[in-house]
Amino acid sequence: MQELTSDAAIELRGIDKSFGSVQAVRGVSLRIERGSITGIVGENGAGKSTLMSILYGLYRADAGEIRVEGRPVEMTSPRDAIGRGIGMVHQHFMLVDSFTVLENLILGAEGGPLLAGGLAAARAELARLAQDYGLAVDPDARVSDLSVGEQQRVEILKVLFRGARILILDEPSAVLTPQETNRLLQILRVLRDRGVTVVLITHKLREILSVTDRVIVMRRGEVVAERATSKTSAEELAELMVGRKVRFSFDKAPARTGEPRLVARGLSLVDDRLVRVLDDISFEVRAGEIVGIAGVSGNGQSELLQVLAGIRRPTGGALEVCGRKVDAAHPADPAEMRELGVAHVPEDRLRQGLVPAFLASETSILGYQDREPFCHNYLLDGPAVGKYCAELMDRFDVRPRTPGLLSSSFSGGNQQKLILAREMARHPRLLLVGQPTRGVDIGAIEFIRRELIASRDAGCAVLVVSVELEEILSLADRILVMSGGRIVGEVAAADADERTLGLMMTGARAA
Amino acid sequence: MEEVFTLVVATLAATLRVATPLVLCAMGGLFSEKSGIIDVGLEGKMLMAAFFAAATAAVTDSAWMGVGAAIIAAEALALLHGFACITHRGNQVVSGIALNILAMGLTVVLGTAWFARGGQTPPLSAGERLNPIFFPVAGDNVIVYAALLSVPVTWWLIERTRFGLRLRAVGEMPLAVDAAGISVPWLRYRAVLLCGLFAGLAGAYLSIAQNAGFSRDMTAGQGFIALAAIIFGRWRPFPAFGACLAFGLLDAIAIRLQGVKLPGIGEVPVQLIQAMPYLLTLFLLAGFIGRTVAPKAAGVPYEKEH
Ligand SMILES: Nc1ncnc2c1ncn2[C@@H]1O[C@H](COP(=O)(O)OP(=O)(O)OP(=O)(O)O)[C@@H](O)[C@H]1O
Ligand SMILES: [Mg+2]
Repeated sequence: MQELTSDAAIELRGIDKSFGSVQAVRGVSLRIERGSITGIVGENGAGKSTLMSILYGLYRADAGEIRVEGRPVEMTSPRDAIGRGIGMVHQHFMLVDSFTVLENLILGAEGGPLLAGGLAAARAELARLAQDYGLAVDPDARVSDLSVGEQQRVEILKVLFRGARILILDEPSAVLTPQETNRLLQILRVLRDRGVTVVLITHKLREILSVTDRVIVMRRGEVVAERATSKTSAEELAELMVGRKVRFSFDKAPARTGEPRLVARGLSLVDDRLVRVLDDISFEVRAGEIVGIAGVSGNGQSELLQVLAGIRRPTGGALEVCGRKVDAAHPADPAEMRELGVAHVPEDRLRQGLVPAFLASETSILGYQDREPFCHNYLLDGPAVGKYCAELMDRFDVRPRTPGLLSSSFSGGNQQKLILAREMARHPRLLLVGQPTRGVDIGAIEFIRRELIASRDAGCAVLVVSVELEEILSLADRILVMSGGRIVGEVAAADADERTLGLMMTGARAA
Repeated sequence: MEEVFTLVVATLAATLRVATPLVLCAMGGLFSEKSGIIDVGLEGKMLMAAFFAAATAAVTDSAWMGVGAAIIAAEALALLHGFACITHRGNQVVSGIALNILAMGLTVVLGTAWFARGGQTPPLSAGERLNPIFFPVAGDNVIVYAALLSVPVTWWLIERTRFGLRLRAVGEMPLAVDAAGISVPWLRYRAVLLCGLFAGLAGAYLSIAQNAGFSRDMTAGQGFIALAAIIFGRWRPFPAFGACLAFGLLDAIAIRLQGVKLPGIGEVPVQLIQAMPYLLTLFLLAGFIGRTVAPKAAGVPYEKEH
């Protein structure tokens, strides 16, 4: 009876969850309407992912009640959630790389002890889903050969294949290109029109405003506001999230450039599979300016950063870094680069930026661990490191402010702030930054961008690689566009807009 | 002409005889490794099984009781490995080596205590052994056929069944298996138990089919050679089977070459011949391993957050 009267797909009442001393979610109650798209926004560490993991049975709530389609349920494992028609697309994909799309699809829903029948049925079902929802993927393609956007589509298909009526997506666009994001949003609209309930966690207010029906704002573990999307604005949401006004644009003084700190001449890189990933790249970055590299991801930007940071050695051409020449015959490893005054914030923070099993305090000195005051006579000075980390956390607003916590226990945005803090705090002469605000909340984005500009004004040479055009436009003084491993154009930031840059990125690709 | 023919057939039969325990161990190891549990304890399982097979057969006068005891002994070690690595997320290599040492010591201690023959079991009569079925000279006992059959069965289980799909998935990405609502530990336990079953048969073969009794360290590294065969076969049943046959052939040739004077070289030293399979293993392991073919999660304990 209750089911008939209730329109709520999901109802949460008084959900609490703590990890040790950190209370991640406190007293959350909310309702999600059936057949709607609900956005959840909030700062890094607000508890969004934790809340959704509770709903999906990955974590158990300490207290509170979950109702799905009117009925109270006990979520002890994802199996319970799947049984109730809940599916989740995780921030990190849960796909078996070496499997085909079809095999991934049926894993856990094979429909019998032998595969043949299940595979055939799945193939038919996949064709139907592809048609109904416009989600086309090659069923026999290996997942490792798919682009990130396609992999995500496989995740969504997996959820639909299990008959889910409720779809949770945790920062689905963090890894997508703008084009892929637009397609995703389109898919979500179709899903809603077919009666699927969608919950979307994202830091990008543009996405919230363009697809959701309602928005829930979380802060420090609590739901602080709920709005109908049509009755709110980016400014209001930002303010609700952060608790203060957020400025979306800032005034930068014109750059006062000094001597060149980084000069690349005909740089090229041929990888293990003999693919030329960097091709004849020449540019320079001077003290006191921010150079932005724009491009669709996968066009050589990541490799360029790695070469500049000393992680990979170029196969051709030469670099001059703060006066030192680097080429294939005279490579410099990352430690030498660091000695020269180069700091690097890698694109992939989990794999290259920190060691998940290290404490935050250890992460905060990674790469500088052999310097004073952290190390005397080959011994680490724990208290000094802890104190230094606490200072960094204060300055960069890393939450929670606990140097003794494992790096992996921080939310993604806070990990990013910690890494940025580590690299920027040493006043580098050349700062290389990959995707500075990937997965970071808007309050922190504002902060990080301001810090980058402050570094520039202090005379640092800054190179920013980002797939977010808006980010490049708001930060850079000069913009280089990369495509197919080459630099296909250069524009002064004052003359650039998203449309012309977008055309350069894709136009050159077609050529 | 006829002589050459007999020689070839005899060598092939010898190859199969020598390869049988390798094939069984390799198939068992495949299940374990595919599920993400590295098993360097194949050697120990096989040794323990060989001992209990011979001891039980000697005491009960029944070869089949021996086979049963072998399987139970190997499964006990397999469960121990599972308990250490799956339930307690211990280091899989350390656990495997510990089991090998345990088996090496225990078989000798128990053997000496029970039979007082310096670690050996009493010689088995024909009635207490598994005997050839069709061709007495070839030594084609039931376990040889089981080994031949185990290859397509393993392939079929891994490639064509739900269990196999989940097994492959759990060795590559346990998180995905967990998120799909499937129990990671239960899957891995089943894989480890299958491995025990095969290793048990291999052990029984050594002591009550190929030989007439147990002697200390009679496995002589064959468990490790089987591991090498898995790697050389890139974790696929048929290529691994091929690798086992190659090792077997090498062994069979080595036995033939003993004491033979080769033209131009003279007599080949016995030690060199006996070292051949191990040298080949070393070469293969050093040079031929593809980087990306091992199950990705092999050796990594799965920690579920809570
Ligand atoms: N496994 C864990 N152990 C300890 N603390 C945790 C764990 N997971 C999350 N936390 C903490 O719980 C809080 C909420 O984290 P959560 O990941 O839910 O944030 P979020 O809103 O998803 O942030 P982001 O936008 O950065 O992804 C954070 O303070 C985080 O440090
Ligand atoms: Mg999150």
